[in-house]
Amino acid sequence: MTPNSEQLAIQERVALPTETMTIMMGPVHPAMHGTVRVVVTVDGERIVHADVQVGYLHRGFEKECEGVTWGQVFPYTDRLNYVSPILNNVGYAMAVEKLLGVEVPERAEYIRVISGELSRVGDHLTCIAAIAMEMGAFSIFLYCVRARDEVYDRLEELTGARVTHAYCRVGGVKDDTPDGWLEKVRAGFGEITGVIDDIDGLLTKNRIFLDRTQGVGVVSTADAISSGFTGPVGRASGIDYDVRKDHPYGVYDRIDFDVPVMDAGDTFCRYYVRMEEVRQSLRIIDQAIDQIEPGPVKAVGAHRVVLPSKNETYNTIEGMIRHFKLTVDGIQVPEGEAYSYIEGGNGELGFYCVADGSGVPVKVRCRPPCFIVTGQLGNMLVGHTLADVVPIFGSLNMIGGECDR
Amino acid sequence: MPEMQQIFAGIAWNDGGWIELAATLIRAVIIVLPVILLMAVYTWMERRQASFMQDRIGPTRANIAIAGKNITLFGLLHLMADGLKFVFKEDIVPSKANKLLFFLAPILALAPVVIVFVVIPVGGFFAYSHWDQVLTADQVKAYAMTGDAFRLQASQLEIGVLVIFAFSGLGVFGASLAGYGSHNKWALIGGLRAAAQMVSYEVTLGLTVVGALLLYGTLEPMAIANWQGHNIARWGIVVQPIGAILFLAAAIAESKRIPFDIPEGESEIIGYNLEYSGMRWGIFFMGEYMELVFVGAMFATIFLGGFHVPLLHADGFRLGSHHLAMPHIAVVLVQMLAFWGKVVLLGFLQIAIRWTLPRMRYDQLMRLGWIGMLPVSLANVMVTAILLLVFTSYNWNMGNYWIASLLVTLLVYLLVVAPQQTKTDEDNVAHDEAHSHGSH
Repeated sequence: MTPNSEQLAIQERVALPTETMTIMMGPVHPAMHGTVRVVVTVDGERIVHADVQVGYLHRGFEKECEGVTWGQVFPYTDRLNYVSPILNNVGYAMAVEKLLGVEVPERAEYIRVISGELSRVGDHLTCIAAIAMEMGAFSIFLYCVRARDEVYDRLEELTGARVTHAYCRVGGVKDDTPDGWLEKVRAGFGEITGVIDDIDGLLTKNRIFLDRTQGVGVVSTADAISSGFTGPVGRASGIDYDVRKDHPYGVYDRIDFDVPVMDAGDTFCRYYVRMEEVRQSLRIIDQAIDQIEPGPVKAVGAHRVVLPSKNETYNTIEGMIRHFKLTVDGIQVPEGEAYSYIEGGNGELGFYCVADGSGVPVKVRCRPPCFIVTGQLGNMLVGHTLADVVPIFGSLNMIGGECDR
Repeated sequence: MPEMQQIFAGIAWNDGGWIELAATLIRAVIIVLPVILLMAVYTWMERRQASFMQDRIGPTRANIAIAGKNITLFGLLHLMADGLKFVFKEDIVPSKANKLLFFLAPILALAPVVIVFVVIPVGGFFAYSHWDQVLTADQVKAYAMTGDAFRLQASQLEIGVLVIFAFSGLGVFGASLAGYGSHNKWALIGGLRAAAQMVSYEVTLGLTVVGALLLYGTLEPMAIANWQGHNIARWGIVVQPIGAILFLAAAIAESKRIPFDIPEGESEIIGYNLEYSGMRWGIFFMGEYMELVFVGAMFATIFLGGFHVPLLHADGFRLGSHHLAMPHIAVVLVQMLAFWGKVVLLGFLQIAIRWTLPRMRYDQLMRLGWIGMLPVSLANVMVTAILLLVFTSYNWNMGNYWIASLLVTLLVYLLVVAPQQTKTDEDNVAHDEAHSHGSH
């Protein structure tokens, strides 16, 4: 991967006797988001050792889940990867549905795909924005934010919240789409592709950007596989793996899309894979909007899983009791355990749930894709200069909420 | 040395001395006041232009409420808000900082940039007693000789360009002492980077001008501007295109702005001025924008004909046999406005560059400076010298020099730049061959 620190130190010492300096990079550092610290030992500008320390945003997600009902976990999942909350919602909902054996109606699956892919677009745009901004290209950051606002506007119309949506429910989604929303989503494509094309023009062939990103922070395919890389970072290192393609869930098997894969495994590839995935996500949404049919958005007949409608709750005694029991006691999930995984914004996002037959989870474990990726950050940094820390770190799209949980 | 004698004569308190002293003061005001004003306007321009480039509204918050209406003046009031904020903010000095260096650094960052403006001419000679007449160039010259004309340049030094480089080179002390005195590792790295970068680019900056100076045959900025004159074919950017481009790049590197802002690099090392707050930080800020003005003024003087306007002679616009006579004062005013207009235009260009490009890395910056720009600027000096020798020994008209320089530039582009360009494209194609597996 990169020359190891000892070799490097020897080379340098032969040339000129120098002393190393240890710097605390973060958590109070503009590029570290306040959520991570990299203790870098530098010899001049060159990094000889980097120690990545995570945990500054540890909020005990997994422990918190053990004190609330299955349904109340959704708002917590929003705060894992807070850049693409719907994907977390879907991932968790699928794990519980697997335990319950509930069939999700087709329309709900399509809505999950559409809103999830919108979230993914937002996630990738944020990451591209961060890579660019951390190299000083602030305009590109704001272009991305403009396009992301388009995504947030649509999600706000759908869910009522801009960031923490808590939109999915076990057995479906909270509500059907508002009137004309699907067409509005399609109408917003122009804005997003426009921005993506602009960024393509500004960065992809920009000599400075290429010099800063190509061959920087390289992870070989073998290293990426042995470390467990997935998602855009893994695909940039040549791992041809996408959960949506290789283990299709929801209605992804009915949709035609490509999985971009690159070989070099450097920062540029991680950037470019994300650019391409934004285009692919829009393609997926486009097809999903064509295929979606009217219908229910919550599991039909699953009275012990989904909340009754407001009409039922207020007008029938059965409905009211169901509503009361589901709210107070929670969904009674049969004893067992299940692992379910989806393609999150940063890679394979897994939820492992253990149930004991009560309304409260025994354990909800999250496999955070970016924790695994961040684990290799230290190795990626060694041998590069101090200035490279920021773009490499940015290209991993480490999200504190998801990494530390 | 005659200049020095004049200054000392001025302090001898005789009649002529008083006039000379007053004239110097007026000159200082005429030149330094626009610079300070322009610096303040640049902070606004940077915000405003950035907001246009980024699809934002831009500065709107600072406002004055008059009769129930909020007046924002397109964000111009932010200048005042900035100033007030700087003055009233707490001035924090790290307890372990080296007090002397910490206090000295902002002064050293700002002062040299202001000083260099003394040799930059904002206009030619103003024959004040004949302001409403149409004067020819010879007449103005005659009045200048007899002392009946006012020089629109604070100080006329034979070594003018060298003075500029000497003082702008001092600017490095501000950044590096700030980094050294702050007792902060990030600031120290910033200071070291600043020192290395500015020293390296000082070399290129100097060498890029040498080509132009060979042609002009003088180091005095007023003479440089006059050599270029109203004939656009003699302007530095036409006779020295390579020198001009390299100079602009090196000058942006000197002023520490993106893509060369590695001493600051706020997302990676925060910068040499990390520990500064309040007005001390504001002085660094002022220094930075002053350098923006300085780069514009230097470039305008050396490569864009200084205060001269195309076709504008001392007695008005002339094109062939057409002649639009203008009174002397109008010519002088148009020339002064043209000079500041050029400076603002270059400021506009620099701000556009700053909000378009990403930042370079330290080693890439050094490579560009020493391996990229330095050899090219040396080659430029050599080619210019040879061409100049040919022109002078065959007694060719220097007015035709631009043909030769354009040919040479074309040659350089075809032989050096174009192959690089195709190489870059090939790189990109290689990268675009990212394979994607299709749908099942």
